[in-house]
Amino acid sequence: MNIDQINVEEQIGPVGKVLKESYGNRSVLIHCLQMIQAEEGYLIGDSLSKLSKKLGVPLSEIYSVASFYKQFNFKPRGKKVVRVCLGTACYVRGSEKVLSILEEEFGIKDGETTEDLHVTLETVGCVGCCGLAPVATINDVVVGELVLKKVGKLIKSIKEE
Amino acid sequence: MGRINSLEELKNLRIRLKENIFKTDRKRVRVCCGTACSAQGSKKIVQTFEEESAQKGMDIEVLMTGCQGLCQKGPVMKVEPYGYFYQKVTYEKVREIISKTFSREAPVRSLLYRESVLDDPIKKMDDLPFYKKQVRIVLRNNGFIDPCNVNHYIAVGGYAAMEKVLSTMTPDQVLEEVKRSNLRGRGGAGFPAGRKWEHCKKSTGKIKFVIANGDEGDPGAFMDRSIMEGDPHSLIEGMLICAYTLNAEYGFIYVRHEYPLAVKNLRIAIKQAEELGLLGEDILRTGMNFYLDIREGAGAFVCGESTALVASIEGNRGFPRPRPPRLSEVGGGLWGYPSNLNNIETYACLPPIIENGAEWFRSIGTENSPGTKVFALTGKVVNTGLIEVPMGITLKEIIYDIGGGIRNNRKFKAVQTGGPSGGCLSEEHLDLPVDYDSLINVGSMMGSGGLVVMDEDNCMVDIAKFFLSFTQRESCGKCPPCRIGTYQMLEILEKITSGNGEEGDIEQLEKIGNLVKSGSLCGLGQTAPNPVLSTIKYFRDEYEEHIKDKYCKAKVCKGLGVYRIDGSECFSCSLCKKACAFDAVNETKDAFYIDRDYCTKCKACYLACPIGAVKIGSRVIPWVIPEQCEGCSDCVHACPVHGLKMYETENEGIFIPWLSDPDLCVSCGKCSAVCSSSGVVLTTHVQEAKQRFLTKRPKGLVIEDEKKKSGYIESGSKNNATESDSVVLIDSDK
Repeated sequence: MNIDQINVEEQIGPVGKVLKESYGNRSVLIHCLQMIQAEEGYLIGDSLSKLSKKLGVPLSEIYSVASFYKQFNFKPRGKKVVRVCLGTACYVRGSEKVLSILEEEFGIKDGETTEDLHVTLETVGCVGCCGLAPVATINDVVVGELVLKKVGKLIKSIKEE
Repeated sequence: MGRINSLEELKNLRIRLKENIFKTDRKRVRVCCGTACSAQGSKKIVQTFEEESAQKGMDIEVLMTGCQGLCQKGPVMKVEPYGYFYQKVTYEKVREIISKTFSREAPVRSLLYRESVLDDPIKKMDDLPFYKKQVRIVLRNNGFIDPCNVNHYIAVGGYAAMEKVLSTMTPDQVLEEVKRSNLRGRGGAGFPAGRKWEHCKKSTGKIKFVIANGDEGDPGAFMDRSIMEGDPHSLIEGMLICAYTLNAEYGFIYVRHEYPLAVKNLRIAIKQAEELGLLGEDILRTGMNFYLDIREGAGAFVCGESTALVASIEGNRGFPRPRPPRLSEVGGGLWGYPSNLNNIETYACLPPIIENGAEWFRSIGTENSPGTKVFALTGKVVNTGLIEVPMGITLKEIIYDIGGGIRNNRKFKAVQTGGPSGGCLSEEHLDLPVDYDSLINVGSMMGSGGLVVMDEDNCMVDIAKFFLSFTQRESCGKCPPCRIGTYQMLEILEKITSGNGEEGDIEQLEKIGNLVKSGSLCGLGQTAPNPVLSTIKYFRDEYEEHIKDKYCKAKVCKGLGVYRIDGSECFSCSLCKKACAFDAVNETKDAFYIDRDYCTKCKACYLACPIGAVKIGSRVIPWVIPEQCEGCSDCVHACPVHGLKMYETENEGIFIPWLSDPDLCVSCGKCSAVCSSSGVVLTTHVQEAKQRFLTKRPKGLVIEDEKKKSGYIESGSKNNATESDSVVLIDSDK
């Protein structure tokens, strides 16, 4: 991603008028990280150093912020990101079982990626589809009511290219 | 659409839109496009409707609305002007709806809601038991308007409250009205919004911020999301009213990044409002400025805490900090400017309050908690979904009348309110009125409004562990009581649920829990032990059962209980044997049994059995009552592990059964089942029974072995004793 193209002022919005420049730049840091990750899949060191120069935020602090939030990754992720919801509603309806089946199927644990970079398995606090519990998402597409029969189907659809 | 240049123009626009939009005689479908219904294909339904109606040349208006509430039966839709409510709609049914309902005005019976198969279908939405007891104030427009169309919002009376505020009220009057309404923060703690505003209003300084907290991280809660997705303009209007009162020029909505649809709809709403001159510079030419922007979170639960949220907007790690200074004070808020932070739902409550007056609002709900509350009703209830009920309604009404009772006719066990910060309430609280104070009195809290219902298949210790593992994971790590305390508590819970619980663990949990509560810096830590403490309070017997009897009656926790195969149910499919990774399932000539020495209690066999013949029982052991025993030795023959042997008592010629090695017992209960004289009973006092078997063994001979020795019984005969068994026994007797 071309870091230079990020229009910082537009990102800051009208509030930039009353803020010190350093405050304003800092306030869009998380958003910039999100943009980088959306484009490149994960946070690459090079991009971060460029961002550091652009925003005037020390690289160490960028790392400090990026490592705090769960959303950011420093490692490449799979083509298909499978998130199993472990929210309360899903949990009481047995989503842990779904997770363990998937873990076994792909031989990876929660948070890991398969070696061929095809699947990343993650858990999420709540997707907000509690009515359909247990729920998983594949690249943000929600798959609901994962009874054991449906898990087989889910695995098949994950394996598809 | 052009900019609106005066309050008068807004009023005229509303009158014009009211006449043109939502005409009552128009053919129209309102399809729920909330996240749950979208996941089940409502977008495709909308598409099919548009194609089919165009093909048939029918003029049908297709509205994509926000969440209509009944997520369980999604996708749902309302068909107007007939008022039919359809559930579980699929795109294949669209043609039928058009031909039956729109052409012949008859309902599609298969899509109507039924209480059960035998009941008559219910045609109208308001007649559904799910909606009957609801009072929709915050969700008034959810499911009614298209959230991406500002005209819809204005047509149903939107921005009228802002108009009223700008034309007839001073900021002080608005503040007075909000204070009088006693609107309490919907985010969880229930701090009165009016008092919060007053603090902020009093603070000096030209620049002030109005912030909406949409970082709804509670697992099992989606109230704020539905408002942001389904009715974003009501949030914007609420924030405008607040900004006017506090004379604030800038506002932020902090949204979780897991809610992409909410972000999208909010962006559209803000853009539309700006184009109409309802946001931005010189709003409606009244001289008021208010700039609203969205900031996305990045997946940290702690950012729902006010000071952490502010840190996150500033672009820092989401660490909370001690208060004072409060957000509303100079030096405390966003970039040090006084800021007012309220929950999404709180802001969405404001327009109706201003429009209808504080007295009207106070007439709903209870004395100290006026108004309504949106709950996400989930878990083991029949109808899950989003509900809005007046405060003071009982839990029973919510669970049984609105939720339709427990799924699969199971028994109610507990309801969890308030997410990871709340507590679990038991059956005795079903008649408890739901409001801020009564929930806090029983050790739970309102929280942002998640209601998770649990039945007898849920283990309360496991649930407590689940919530604690969530808060432990989400603890930011800044203050030690939370960081270390939650970790230690989790360790103890792990120990208990894996069958290694010890005497004193419960007391230890309570002690650490109270320390974490009193010593933590922010709301996350202060409330993190609540699920554990409340389950200990109301379900202490379950904890004790886990620790003392090593048994989990919900059969959830691995590593507890005694596994056995019920021979009368087992049809020898051998799936359990295949499932066992530890070769603990053994096969005899006519039955399968589980060898306790090898069993790791991993539940694999339990899950593998297609007919439920693998039973998890509490640890029981036979207790021989010599006075009752007839000496028939049926129990000896019934014992699958040959643990029971006949021993001669001090009275010559009288034999009673005795466990030669108590550790052999697999708690199958067969000895007691075959006993016709109650000479062998089962007891859960395992330790005492073991002691008795070891220390009070009758002095006499083992009759079976003697008989075998003398050739009276040939080896391998009826009693199934194998060669190796007798060898062991003889050895032990020596």
